[in-house]
Amino acid sequence: MEFTKLAYESTDDFLYGICPKPVETRNGLVIGGGEMYPEVNFTLPPMNITKDTMPEVRRIYSEIIEGVLKKAYELHAPGLVIEFETLPEMTEHPEWGIEIHKILRDAMHNYEDKYGLKSAIRMTPNDLREMSRPPIMRSGKYWEAMVKTFEGSAKDGADFLSVESTGGKEINDEAIMNADLRTSIFALGCLASRDMKWLWTNITQIAKENGSIPAGDSACGFANTSMVLAEQGFIPKVYAAVMRAMVTPRALVAIENGAIGPSKDCAYENVYLKAITGTPITLEGKSAACAHFSPRGNIALAVPDLWSNESVQQVKLLSGFAPVVSTEQLTYDCRLMNIAAKKGHAKLMRDLLVESDCYLDPQAYVLTPENVFEISREIVKTSDPFSRTLNTARKTLEIIRRGLDKKELTIDERDLRWLDILESQVEEIPEDEEEFIEEMKDEVDETKYRPEEYGI
Amino acid sequence: MALEELSEAVQKGKAKIVKELVNQELEKGTPVDVILNDGLIAAMGVVGEKFKLNQIYVPEMLVAARAMSKGLSIIEPLMTETGVKPVGTVVIGTVKGDLHDIGKNLVAMMMKGIGATVYDLGVDVADAQFVEKAEEVNADIVCLSALLTTTMPAIEDVIKEFEKAGVRDKYRIMIGGAPVNQAFADQIGADVYTSNAADAAENAKEFLTKKYA
Ligand code: B12
Repeated sequence: MEFTKLAYESTDDFLYGICPKPVETRNGLVIGGGEMYPEVNFTLPPMNITKDTMPEVRRIYSEIIEGVLKKAYELHAPGLVIEFETLPEMTEHPEWGIEIHKILRDAMHNYEDKYGLKSAIRMTPNDLREMSRPPIMRSGKYWEAMVKTFEGSAKDGADFLSVESTGGKEINDEAIMNADLRTSIFALGCLASRDMKWLWTNITQIAKENGSIPAGDSACGFANTSMVLAEQGFIPKVYAAVMRAMVTPRALVAIENGAIGPSKDCAYENVYLKAITGTPITLEGKSAACAHFSPRGNIALAVPDLWSNESVQQVKLLSGFAPVVSTEQLTYDCRLMNIAAKKGHAKLMRDLLVESDCYLDPQAYVLTPENVFEISREIVKTSDPFSRTLNTARKTLEIIRRGLDKKELTIDERDLRWLDILESQVEEIPEDEEEFIEEMKDEVDETKYRPEEYGI
Repeated sequence: MALEELSEAVQKGKAKIVKELVNQELEKGTPVDVILNDGLIAAMGVVGEKFKLNQIYVPEMLVAARAMSKGLSIIEPLMTETGVKPVGTVVIGTVKGDLHDIGKNLVAMMMKGIGATVYDLGVDVADAQFVEKAEEVNADIVCLSALLTTTMPAIEDVIKEFEKAGVRDKYRIMIGGAPVNQAFADQIGADVYTSNAADAAENAKEFLTKKYA
């Protein structure tokens, strides 16, 4: 499937909790069908994961899920999604990841049978392939362990399969610290997109064979790493803003190869994806401050179908355990959003969320519905990931520049300097992918990646 | 004011000019330690200060650091000859099972900025490797980074490895990473915890200055 136009005619219809292509789980939970649900994610407190500590690991996950389900039920959550993102050891030993998934899944079924709380689980094995350096992307023990984890959990009833894949990241890591858009365009448009095609063809196959839903990928290691670093004052906000939009063509590859949503929480680029494909999305913002800070806490809540906390570790706060606290926060957020929509105020709600953030940071500015549509239209003008990525970079820089000229967006002195630098970086990139790849093969440290793993 | 010119060139990240200017200074007979301290290290001090004041970003610091190391590579061989004491030696890495390296890289860069010789072991580093390298290069400081709650215990494993080898007291062990805190450092017997790279470098500088005073 190739996308050549947007899924929406007008930004007026671009709203939260609803989308043109909702997704339904086996037990009838509909994502994007009119209601917004919380998606809760959690992780372990400081501890080792070994054979010896596995009983304790099991105990902790049981304790977490019981607490989360109880709170969701008490607060009348109309539905709930749980994300289980494995830690590296749990994918390296697929039986551990599969087992914990089953603990969560069983507890969720139990609650549905007993109390009627409808829930669905997203299984996100971590991408182990980068454990070998340079990464081997399409074979080897790490890839095999990932496949086993996907398959095993899918067989046990995982509703959604997701991943934060890392193709091209081995090159992009250094580019981020240098705010080097040229190398990022190579990593995303040339490497990551090729890996995504291969990876998502495989994940979709596994999902199909086992009745799971291939849900989508997040460019966490690219755009979220940039966002976090910009937040800490390490790299330019304008670079992080461009990166956010620029990872969309990569994400589109998953949808073009079988994924149908809901795409993963930390992928703020999901808004472009929703505009283009009409598939449901998860997002995170102010209620994910337990995991990381962001300059787009409200605007992130403008158009998602699921609302997430990203992750929080099982530690005790004054009120109770942190994952339960997250469940309460997300559930109340969703309640408010759902009642606003029911009373016909969805668009007003969306616009308030947008306006409360969008002029204060370029990373929020590129997420306004108008700018999302403008960038998305630019993306679907061409069909190959490289030119889409390059065009997105140009368009996003243009939009930021225009915002400054119109004096509706402000950025500080050092970011102004970097806007100039990024504009000239992009100007020097050739339109032709072959030519660009040749240039980059000379420029990029060849010990860092294996071109053959990407078929280039 | 040629050294100011050199410092300027480092700050702006003009590696080629830095090389030329260092060579010029050597020809003129400027002492190696003056080039090092007043030219190269001073420049990184200015850059670090600008970063602290939110005037520049890390990419600009990295360009300067690269230019500095170009200059350093010329004078390094001369330092032992002329009896100039190196600032100190740091071994750094991310502990086993952990692939996060951005924070660790920043710490490494800042350590280079104070003029220390830095051996970066990379990510997912086995416990014993830290000990081996520290012994091999006669390090002063060992820096351990961990970003996952599930790899924090590996920091303790490394410290135990140093104890096992009977060389724990030879090194100052500094630790850091988002989930790490002072309480954890105290609990496992690390020497120093800092929450950011700039403080880490400052702490190291103070320590090394005293040690080699
Ligand atoms: C960027 C990032 C990544 C990138 C890493 C890219 C890279 N090359 O490093 C990618 C996407 C690859 C990644 C992968 C994973 N990540 Co990650 N990641 C982050 C994120 C968003 C930011 C980390 C970062 O770089 N910060 C910026 C740097 C500059 O800050 P810093 O590292 O803290 O360093 C500063 C200080 O701490 C200090 N410092 C650091 N080291 C040292 C050392 C010494 C000696 C001293 C003195 C000081 C010091 O100085 C630095 C500069 O001031 C954090 C979120 C967070 N809140 O930290 C999650 C986070 C750490 N990751 C997390 C997870 C779960 C993972 C994965 C397991 C995800 C998955 N399921 O696939 C994998 C793990 C892979 C592995 N085996 O390690 C979780 C950890 C949860 C937990 N249980 O601990 C976090 C907290 C996100 C979350 N909230 O869920 N991640």
